[in-house]
Amino acid sequence: MGFEKFLFYVLAATLIAAAGMVVTRRNPVHAVLFLVVAFVTSAMLWMLLEAEFLAISLVLVYVGAVLVLFLFVIMMLDVDIATLKAQFIRHLPLALVVGVIMLVEIFLVVGPGNFGGESFPNPAPQGPDYSNTRELGLVLYSAYLYPFEIAAVILLVAIVAAIRLTLRHRPDTKYLDPSKQVFVRKGPDRVRLIRLQPEPRRVTPKANPASGPENEE
Amino acid sequence: MIELSDYLMLSGILFAISIAGIFINRKNLIVLLMCIELMLLAVNTNFIAFSHFLGDMAGQVFVFFILTVAAAEAAIGLAILVVLFRSRRTIDVEDLDALKG
Repeated sequence: MGFEKFLFYVLAATLIAAAGMVVTRRNPVHAVLFLVVAFVTSAMLWMLLEAEFLAISLVLVYVGAVLVLFLFVIMMLDVDIATLKAQFIRHLPLALVVGVIMLVEIFLVVGPGNFGGESFPNPAPQGPDYSNTRELGLVLYSAYLYPFEIAAVILLVAIVAAIRLTLRHRPDTKYLDPSKQVFVRKGPDRVRLIRLQPEPRRVTPKANPASGPENEE
Repeated sequence: MIELSDYLMLSGILFAISIAGIFINRKNLIVLLMCIELMLLAVNTNFIAFSHFLGDMAGQVFVFFILTVAAAEAAIGLAILVVLFRSRRTIDVEDLDALKG
């Protein structure tokens, strides 16, 4: 039990330090990298709470997809960092006051008096045969099936919205319109027959018969 | 033993840090989005801690859905940010005053 407690405090200190760096770094790229540290540390904390599937999916989905998306957007936007530094000191006292007030209030509610070991004892640790993924799947695909499908629709809407928002047509690029390509009909759209008047055959001299056909033009 | 209040206080600290971050980083919309992600992380930690200590799987299912919605929110938010930067050439919150708010 001693090692678990030690692990918890190390992870908590890392998480708080990384979160503090996220909100105080001026360079957004550094902030995203510290956010990665915070998310991975938090995934380890979820491991301590025996939520293995969600811990792995936090690393895969969040660190692997969402934060990489953040990095792409930051590097695409070319924000001027020097102008960001100016405003930092001005809002700092207000932020400290609000943060400390919220912290004290939260501590008064969730402190050891209300949510300590007496009222919420630690559950017995699960055995080696316990599968968190299986338990989560059993609940998710039976009792929460319709919310699961709604979540899928939400993701689809997010894909469509993100693509539609960032799509733009530049007038100077040449591209094919796929809908026009699909709706081409077999007859007059595809082949056009043009009646041409035949040209009279030109009479060539018989001096060089090898290059004769080319010279007919 | 690690008690429930330890986890709750940890996520409370995380939540307060990200609230302070929203006040500090008024110039940069991307960092505001990152602070919102941190707040969601604190809330998720709360859900998982309660799910563990109460022995109820519903908390983890809820975290699953929050992760889904947060991913969608980040994607759409960043898309809006890109469009905004294309049209206004800035992501400073105080320059975005077209609504006269």
